[in-house]
Amino acid sequence: MSQGYKFSFPVKGDNFDDAGKASVEIKRFLKGLGITGDVLRRTAIAIYESEVNIISYARQGNINICVTDASILINIRDNGPGITDIEQAMKQGYSTADDHIREMGFGAGMGLFNIKNCSDDFEILSEVNRGTLLKISINR
Amino acid sequence: MNLTLLAEKLNLSVVCGGDGLDREVSGGYMGDLLSDVMANSREGDVWITCQSHQNIVAVSVLKEHVGIILVLGKKPDDDTIEKASREGIPLLVTELSGFETVGRIYNLLHP
Amino acid sequence: MTLHEIRELLDARVLAGGNHLDVEVKTAFSADLMSDVLAFAKPGSIMITGLTNPQIVRIASIVDNSAILIVRGKIPPDETITLAEELEIPVLSTKYILFEASGRLYANGIVGCVRKIEGPGSVVPL
Repeated sequence: MSQGYKFSFPVKGDNFDDAGKASVEIKRFLKGLGITGDVLRRTAIAIYESEVNIISYARQGNINICVTDASILINIRDNGPGITDIEQAMKQGYSTADDHIREMGFGAGMGLFNIKNCSDDFEILSEVNRGTLLKISINR
Repeated sequence: MNLTLLAEKLNLSVVCGGDGLDREVSGGYMGDLLSDVMANSREGDVWITCQSHQNIVAVSVLKEHVGIILVLGKKPDDDTIEKASREGIPLLVTELSGFETVGRIYNLLHP
Repeated sequence: MTLHEIRELLDARVLAGGNHLDVEVKTAFSADLMSDVLAFAKPGSIMITGLTNPQIVRIASIVDNSAILIVRGKIPPDETITLAEELEIPVLSTKYILFEASGRLYANGIVGCVRKIEGPGSVVPL
């Protein structure tokens, strides 16, 4: 990642009670760094959806953020099962969530779609049985 | 006001159950939590939801709704369409949000 | 409408953020499930929902809802109210069902966040 203000938030998997807690904290943090309005909102939404993905599918993950004058760069890594078909996973409404996840109101299949819509640049790298890396860039 | 007229006024797409569109709409219920729908909705309601899976059909049949409207352009699952066709439950889709859809239906029911 | 006026119109109880009722609300997003809220709700809109868990408060904070209106006479658990107070998000509860509450607000000039979707995966916001 390029020069900028960097910080990292760990996210514990299968912890639905705390879903969104990291995102709310990160949003507050970014606001303190002078990020506002639509940029702040889109960043928060992208991070929230990523956080819920980690919680839903992985044992653990990390949200790494680098704030520069030009943009907010977010790398999200998890050690989850990986995504077998990325193109399919990107489709609105497609979900691999089990009943347990859906019963809590998650798993509607909008996550990656929403993240992409919020990002100016977006890349997914994933390896089955190893994990997933999301690289998101939002211009200031 | 029947479902045919409602579909016309709101420009709804009819996915299936066209034979049932002459049913009179006596009220509306909006919700995605099936237990709440079971507890609170009434016979003659048109059910407005974003849920597209096949369980919605059983709920509609049990509660004797006149039909189901899916919002935000949601497409019902194939299973859902198959079940709804079999049970004679009209499935309609709108591109509008739930709030906009309900607002317009509410105005039509309470002129 | 202000939150004051909404409270009166819907005979609602104020559960959190009682000193923020002067806030002006122009748009609303109604849903029991939160995924569409993240995708479509506009900043400043009031979230109208039958869900009562703390998630609704976190999501309202993420998408910048001006307030949350809980329907069906539901009273949320303490964790939800505490979180709402902490994040300064007003929470109201009305006995009306989602259909009735949304309908009445619409009749009083509140509009939705999405008026039309052009095609699969493409949204035209208000």
